[in-house]
Amino acid sequence: MVPVSYYLVLSAILFSLGALGVLIRRNSLVIFMSIELMLNAANLAFVAFTRVHETFSGQIFVFFVMAVAAAEVAVGLALIVAIYRSRQSVDIDQLSSLKG
Amino acid sequence: MTITDFSVILPVTLLTAWASILLLAELFLPRAQRPFLALLAALGLALTLGISLAQSAQEFAPGFGGMVVRDGFSNFLNVLFLLTGLFGVALSYRYNQRAQIERGEYYPLLLFSVAGMMLMGQAADLIVVFLALELLSFPLYILSAFAYPRPQSEEAGLKYFLLGAFASGFVVYGIALTFGASGSTDLARIVASVAAGSANLPLLTAGAGLLLVGFGFKVAAVPFHMWTPDVYQGAPTSVTAFMAAGAKTAGFAALLRVFGAAFPALAADLSPLMAILAAVTMLFGNLIAVAQTDMKRMLAYSSIAQAGYLLMAFAPFEIEAARTMAVAGALFYLLAYTLASFGSWGVVIALEKDLDRHLSIGDFAGLARRSPWLAAAMTVFMLSLTGLPPTLGLVGKIYLFRAVIEGGMVWLAVIGALTSVVSAFYYLRIVVNMFMREGEPAVEREWWLEFAIGAAAVVTVVVSLWPFPLFEWAEWAVMKLF
Repeated sequence: MVPVSYYLVLSAILFSLGALGVLIRRNSLVIFMSIELMLNAANLAFVAFTRVHETFSGQIFVFFVMAVAAAEVAVGLALIVAIYRSRQSVDIDQLSSLKG
Repeated sequence: MTITDFSVILPVTLLTAWASILLLAELFLPRAQRPFLALLAALGLALTLGISLAQSAQEFAPGFGGMVVRDGFSNFLNVLFLLTGLFGVALSYRYNQRAQIERGEYYPLLLFSVAGMMLMGQAADLIVVFLALELLSFPLYILSAFAYPRPQSEEAGLKYFLLGAFASGFVVYGIALTFGASGSTDLARIVASVAAGSANLPLLTAGAGLLLVGFGFKVAAVPFHMWTPDVYQGAPTSVTAFMAAGAKTAGFAALLRVFGAAFPALAADLSPLMAILAAVTMLFGNLIAVAQTDMKRMLAYSSIAQAGYLLMAFAPFEIEAARTMAVAGALFYLLAYTLASFGSWGVVIALEKDLDRHLSIGDFAGLARRSPWLAAAMTVFMLSLTGLPPTLGLVGKIYLFRAVIEGGMVWLAVIGALTSVVSAFYYLRIVVNMFMREGEPAVEREWWLEFAIGAAAVVTVVVSLWPFPLFEWAEWAVMKLF
């Protein structure tokens, strides 16, 4: 059997990749996907920790995170589509009309 | 589900149901009757406020197996959030008509957001903290982009959404690590496992750190503040006003709940970090605000600076006696901030004539001659934000500074006092502009708006003359927290 610590290391790597993606990618869709990667890394950690503690609350949390992530997609994609319609681009470097 | 469960979440349930019905009502209302929706929304908020006040005399009660609680802390915050909602409706009513963004979803979204904030104050489990955070944030993402297809508003919405979702990623991972360290997401059980020594402290510290990053984004603390000026500037001003007061208070509610109640064992590690965060936020927010010429951006940086003063409340957590006073001081200051922030944004709305052009500080010139009462109210808000008498802002700052000094962090109080002096420069510059410069500002006369501004100004001055009952309420609110 694979030890739990392997899952935790994998989840930490996925979370870091997601955070890095948010910071260095410029396409808002890819940034959004990186955020989803972070959430799913957290889900993996929850499931792994549930194994350690032998309680269900961690797994239940995963369902909530998935539901929230689905709602997030609805809001986020709507915003990205609206931006694409008005500018023909979803590159965040071109979103610079607000400055001070 | 018992009667207690139901009564604990009654205000939140009522508000959510009311918002859902409002969504349906919009379908059946003819276009000419749209303004009626604002009245209905205000009625729902007032009704919920009545229930919350009626419940405020009742004792501590957990609900749904300890997922949510009703205690003094949540009662205080419920009242504050519902007032925020009412102010939000009053400021939006005519503004939305002028800006031609009077769409039916506006008020239901605002109500959902208030419900999320209230749930945040009542959360006793990290699952509920997370759900409340998302419930209050999603409507705000949509509302920021509400002036669609205006490019600034769309841009504000997307920026807020991406950074907000990024922050909630940190919150979720922080909760995962906390769960891993203690074996529970229930705040009381986390405390118990730390006390019993069964918790994995390094893992818990890492979890707390990630949670701090996530909530730091929400309250706009430096270095997690970069979204604030852009979003505050690009969003419709009525939404900005609601967001500046509501989202910040809710973020602090979460911080106070989670860090105040669940992590006292980590206080030795966290309080120096919090103190540094507070100091950096105060310095940065105030220094950058001095250089701003756009009113919305200036108020955005000022709200960052105010978050710094509020963060001071977390610095003296190591000393038992200072802790209660610090949290009570923070609640008091949140109320003072809410009033002053709403009032000043209201004045900005009254002066905003062309929605695509931004207001500059120069546009306030001559306001005192044109509309003396509005100028007087704005002066009160600016004094309150600076922390000068006779306003609630001064009283709140005294309470916070006293707690920090009793907590043994004199250097932090000194930084707070010095940055307040810096902030006087840019706040009072507006007062000087209003009273001493010549100008012809065009002021919109709107009954609800003027009523809200007037009420905020009067409360700010009158309560500051005899603030002790209010502070006693705040102290009573935090008594059960630890």
